[in-house]
Amino acid sequence: MNPRAEGHGHHISQQFNAELEDIKNHMLEMGGVVEKQLADALVSITSADSGLAKQVLVVEDDIDAMEIKIDEECSLILARRQPAASDLRLVLAIIKTVRDLERIGDESSKIARMAIKLTEEGDYPEGIVEFRHLGDRVARMVNMSLDAFARYDASSALEIAQDDLIVDNEYGSAMRSLITYMMEDPRSISRMLNLLWALRALERIGDHAKNITEHVIYLVKGMDVRHAPLANIADRLADSE
Amino acid sequence: MSNSSSEQTQQDQSPVRTVDVSAVLADKTAATDAFASCIDIENLNLFYSKDKQALKDINLSIPKQRVTAFIGPSGCGKSSLLRCFNRMNDLVDDCIIEGSVGIDGINIYQKSIDVADLRRRVGMVFQKPNPFPKSIYENVAYGLRIQGINSKRVLDEAVEKSLKAAALWDEVKDRLNDSALGMSGGQQQRLVIARTIAVEPEVLLLDEPASALDPISTLKIEELINELKTDYTIVIVTHNMQQAARVSDFTAFMYMGDMVEFDATDTIFTNPREKQTEDYITGRYG
Repeated sequence: MNPRAEGHGHHISQQFNAELEDIKNHMLEMGGVVEKQLADALVSITSADSGLAKQVLVVEDDIDAMEIKIDEECSLILARRQPAASDLRLVLAIIKTVRDLERIGDESSKIARMAIKLTEEGDYPEGIVEFRHLGDRVARMVNMSLDAFARYDASSALEIAQDDLIVDNEYGSAMRSLITYMMEDPRSISRMLNLLWALRALERIGDHAKNITEHVIYLVKGMDVRHAPLANIADRLADSE
Repeated sequence: MSNSSSEQTQQDQSPVRTVDVSAVLADKTAATDAFASCIDIENLNLFYSKDKQALKDINLSIPKQRVTAFIGPSGCGKSSLLRCFNRMNDLVDDCIIEGSVGIDGINIYQKSIDVADLRRRVGMVFQKPNPFPKSIYENVAYGLRIQGINSKRVLDEAVEKSLKAAALWDEVKDRLNDSALGMSGGQQQRLVIARTIAVEPEVLLLDEPASALDPISTLKIEELINELKTDYTIVIVTHNMQQAARVSDFTAFMYMGDMVEFDATDTIFTNPREKQTEDYITGRYG
């Protein structure tokens, strides 16, 4: 059965309603902070802003603290309430999503560190277009996967998961462009390598966003779709309608 | 999902509701045919009086040598259904039963059935431990003595075997001649289980077997259920949903005399099909 549109309320225990609402809200809050961190990390590279990049590194500690707090809240619910069915799936999905969010935070910090290095090395117009393009797409994926979670929307979760294929392709072609720049001007190699690390981080963030969509499908449909081909997932979702 | 579709085809072929038992097998690819059903309930209706129908058209197939739990709110018919399996409802005046209950393929409601023999084959344990006011030894030997077995050697053996099976032997072996009434509630309940299995039944019916016990005794009973299921088909009625989740392989959710959902326990507690089931197990009922 799907979690209902009205969310996880309507338990006889009002306190339980509140606890489930709380962990969900805290997770979405953490998602908001991570999204902001990613957006800042992207800007710090595209506009060579090392001050902003340093700020991103500071926020990482806040995100780690949020992960620990939400995990603790979830473990208390498991211990005290023994949730079942959609309640259980909500708690599990949140525990996993929080982990992916924390990893997105880590990857954003990597990008910020690369921004600091790149700024120190001076001008770097080449490769930025590719980076910005991929960054925008990945940021949208993160945003939409959290949105799908908030709305218990399995079908849009699947659409977002499909975007990960595009991200992987664009990552490949961006890498080829960067290699071309390096061949044209060997002096740019160290700069390009830094940018390549940042691109790699973006690609990883895309993977984590895809993981979040898989948690949403598990939460809503009760299906574990990890490691399954996308076409297969689409069929299973259609079957369950 | 694949589970429900295979179940659908099974339902089309037979009026008895069966589930995909492969869900509880370690090797999920093992043939489900290898799983025999033990109790087959077909179109069962039970009336306590003309206008009081306790069970409504129940169709269910309970797998052999597995634990099946019945859950549902008070008055939903779980105990009534359980009591149909050894014809305990015969003792209730004006109780009318329609349909059939087959145990190992034989309808237990046909006239030729010897009810005393049926109750030996289908043993029952109740909520409150009810040892006889006799010694521990005599409690366990009681059923065998009724069958006319008086050989001390046979009785000694059976008592030891049953008490061991009920995980009680080590606690009572030095005081077999003490009164059973001096035991703790948890011990008494295990003694009753030992008494039930002494006559080597095929099916064990447990009606709230642990609800009067403390948590540790409850866990002992649950552990016992887990050990006994290799030899017996066990059906347990419980109000404690976590207990159903812990001990059973299959769970049936009943509501107002209807069988709402019957499936592998794992499915019922993680992703039930029916909204009513979900509401009940997540504490939204009412």
